[in-house]
Amino acid sequence: MPKFRQTADILKLMSKKEDIRNIGIIAHIDHGKTTMTDSLLAEAGLLSPKIAGEARALDYLEEEQKRGITIKTANISLLHEMENRPYVINLIDTPGHVDFTGKVTRALRAIDGAVVVVDAVEEVMVQTETVTRQALEERVRPVLFINKVDRLIKELRLNPDEIQKKLIRIIRDFNNLIDIYGEPEFKEKWKVDPSKETVAFGSALHKWGFTLSMAQEKGIKFSDIVDAYAKGEYQALPQLLPLHTAILDMVVKNMPNPIEAQKYRITKVWKGEMDSEIGRVMLKCDDNGPTVMCITLAQVDPHAGLVATGRLFSGSIKEGDRIYLVNAKKEYRVQQVSMYMGAFREVVGGITAGNIAALLGLDLARAGETLVDIEHKDAMFPFERIKYVSEPVITIAIEPKHPRELPRLVDAMNRLSIEDPNLVTTINKETGEYLLSGMGELHLEIAVKFLRDYSGGMDIVTSRPIVVYRESVAKQGIEAMAKSPNKHNRFWIQVEPLEEKVIEMIEKGDLAEEMGRKRMGTVLKEAGWPTEEARNIWALEEHRNIIIDLTKGIQYLREARDMIISGFRWACESGPLCEEPLRGLKVKLMDVKLHEDPVHRGPAQVMPAIRRAILGSFLTANPVILEPVYKIGVSVPAQWVGESSSIITRKRGRILSSEQRGALTTITGYIPVAETFGLSAEMRSATSGHAFWQCTFDHWEKAPESVAAEVIRQIRERRGLSPEIPSPKRFIDEA
Amino acid sequence: MGEIVFVGLGLYDEGGISLRGLEEVKTADKVFVELYTSLMPHFSIENFERISGKKLHMVSRKELEEENGEAILKAAETGKAVLLVPGDPLIATTHVALRIQAEKLGIKTRIVHGASIISAVIGLSSLHNYKFGKSVTIPFSEASETPYEVIAQNKKVELHTLCLLDVKAEEKRYMRIHEGLESLLKIEEKRKEKIVAMDTLVVGIARAGSTNPTVKAGFLKDLLSYDFGEPPHSIIFPGKLHFMEAEALMVLAGAPESLKEIVE
Repeated sequence: MPKFRQTADILKLMSKKEDIRNIGIIAHIDHGKTTMTDSLLAEAGLLSPKIAGEARALDYLEEEQKRGITIKTANISLLHEMENRPYVINLIDTPGHVDFTGKVTRALRAIDGAVVVVDAVEEVMVQTETVTRQALEERVRPVLFINKVDRLIKELRLNPDEIQKKLIRIIRDFNNLIDIYGEPEFKEKWKVDPSKETVAFGSALHKWGFTLSMAQEKGIKFSDIVDAYAKGEYQALPQLLPLHTAILDMVVKNMPNPIEAQKYRITKVWKGEMDSEIGRVMLKCDDNGPTVMCITLAQVDPHAGLVATGRLFSGSIKEGDRIYLVNAKKEYRVQQVSMYMGAFREVVGGITAGNIAALLGLDLARAGETLVDIEHKDAMFPFERIKYVSEPVITIAIEPKHPRELPRLVDAMNRLSIEDPNLVTTINKETGEYLLSGMGELHLEIAVKFLRDYSGGMDIVTSRPIVVYRESVAKQGIEAMAKSPNKHNRFWIQVEPLEEKVIEMIEKGDLAEEMGRKRMGTVLKEAGWPTEEARNIWALEEHRNIIIDLTKGIQYLREARDMIISGFRWACESGPLCEEPLRGLKVKLMDVKLHEDPVHRGPAQVMPAIRRAILGSFLTANPVILEPVYKIGVSVPAQWVGESSSIITRKRGRILSSEQRGALTTITGYIPVAETFGLSAEMRSATSGHAFWQCTFDHWEKAPESVAAEVIRQIRERRGLSPEIPSPKRFIDEA
Repeated sequence: MGEIVFVGLGLYDEGGISLRGLEEVKTADKVFVELYTSLMPHFSIENFERISGKKLHMVSRKELEEENGEAILKAAETGKAVLLVPGDPLIATTHVALRIQAEKLGIKTRIVHGASIISAVIGLSSLHNYKFGKSVTIPFSEASETPYEVIAQNKKVELHTLCLLDVKAEEKRYMRIHEGLESLLKIEEKRKEKIVAMDTLVVGIARAGSTNPTVKAGFLKDLLSYDFGEPPHSIIFPGKLHFMEAEALMVLAGAPESLKEIVE
């Protein structure tokens, strides 16, 4: 059993903010993140040094153990001494698999610095780029750990000169990423440099590591390490160059403490007024200010119920505190406050600003929720919705083998959808199907495994995966009029494509409904919208659709407004081509005529009319099908580059770049999600199993017409719709 | 081409229809009835079928609105279709859409009137018909402030306001007088224009057109707890009272004696 003797020490230190670091470790899959985490854990005395490296303490879920990859984000607080001064390192574990990058993004909120682990053999890979980009976007400062240096020596048998060249190339490539994705005011300062102790080298597996100054101090040269391996004496290296010293010294020296970090990070992660009371205390990381916490993780513990973990940006939190969840709009009393030690939560009396806390008793808390002191519930501007890089693009239908087990499956689905916001669980009311939508085949496969575990090992039958599409328009449609069912109300609506730039702003979280109409208007005006459109934005729908009111002086319109917005959201849920969601539409309300009496213009009259007018104009706007497209990265030895590339291009993909690094070539490209089923088998047989590749959702793209027609046909058939796409006349009325 | 005859069912039960209306039903090729626009609590389809010797086809809101009354239009293409409507058939404004559609298709339309809730309620209240302003329905949903605004507008020009109360026939929900008043009080709380207050004079009417209607005039605070019995209910907010109106409210609707002072 791990020992907890240091809990009390760590707790005492948590109030000394200069000595706190909130960090994460991010990496491409299998570059050794978890192995490194375990070495750090061992140092903190939570696990004996012997089993670290094998126990992989953070991978506490059985599923992770079995697959050997990290799925759930866990948190831990460590104690580290440097120059006789103790520091608290709050370490947020982030998953390494690409299908789960939504969780990486979420964890990044809570941390100020990230150790990016790169495999010395494979070098900077697709996901190194993804996670580094995400870190920089959240203004998280990266440092570099080049792992698996032992393999350069033992397996590739490189001489010190060749090793040095390879390491320099990795550092250059990494700094290149910072150059591309870093913000101008930070990127020069944040570029890594071995002479500035922002790069460490080592082997997490063999538990050694060093920075240049550490090596100089101990008088060790690179050739000494090569020799140690040559002589089989590498077991001595951990004593000489302990990995945890290298990493944690680097962290303490380079990463900002919460006071320093919050000065510049709050303006990035929070869009409220900096000059308000809450803004000021968060910028200062003030223990005495109102309690403000951003929940970054919600997990269901079978015994304790919902555990909400997050970073406290100001104030303190203790058992019994009365708090308010801004998005859930609900008051709570905190039942228990704890901190993390590996897989375990340690109950503590209270936690102060700048730290990571786990809270019990907040059953509606979800990742991304804003928690605030009850006294300030009306003044709190929520943290913007945490933006996910990935969207669910694949759906499967699931059912229990034995129908009587359905209630248990539903419970498990509820639990999983709480824990994994990237997973969308829906029930199709017409067919009674239970649907899981996720970011890729593996994501769904793992979700189903979780469901099995959560439901006590039930047999679950799954359907073939189905790709999710979107419906959009290529040009402006006509001004379509639709009447309410009672014919006493008329609405004129025109749809057109929403500007790419605006869609991008929504994806980045620079434009969100939480901002309120006024701020959204300001942002859109800056983006070039005419004042009249920008100031009359009514709603922003989740699939990147916007409705604006361009009418003037309509009596009673104020009363119909919410119904019109509901009708708009309803229309966006399913389009006329094949009932897939609409995406990227600017819906303009041009004119309205309403009945005098309120019961003749209620929701049952307004909503269907709005929906029909939108769909009618849509059908005249050159409608298109958007298909999800993955970014694919393939690492493959040179002799199979041709085969790998031609598989991608044969599947309607395109190659972006092909870059040779050592023996391996990295091919990057785009490939439609629909074409990736069966890719594993083809790639394996074409390259005799020598290709490593991965896919991340990248963007939506207009499907070629022939493909679109087939997609529409298949979906209409699957949904039991008539084969013909309805004509605009079905939705548009004549005056 | 055939025709559509809109026949008013009058009020309360199957005895409300006129003899002329009944004659139209008897000579019709197909008879439809809608019962969703207002409540006829004692209307018995069975009795009516016995009296008229015709089978009634019930039409829902969905059939008349979303499906544009296609079944009725179809029947009217070749013969005489009758649509039975509670009250006076075109006072429920919604059916004018069907009438227009029919005429556009070359189908003739006629109306046989029935007693209307509007005249019944006004008559029962003893208030002068000449002095009513815009009428309004108080909806179940509280999003609308229109009823409050209509009362305010009428009051400004000293007119009475007839408030009909929402009917959700599909859910068997019929708004009662106290619910309507409470809904207005909520709007008053927000707007604070002193249009609807505890000491506002209100007339409540229940079961207009039946053999046992209830009519009660009084201050809002007293009517909130007054037992009006079964629906349908309506409310009137009187404007400036003529002395005959005031006297009638006191004698016929139990208004408090203090009303005299308000008028004079």
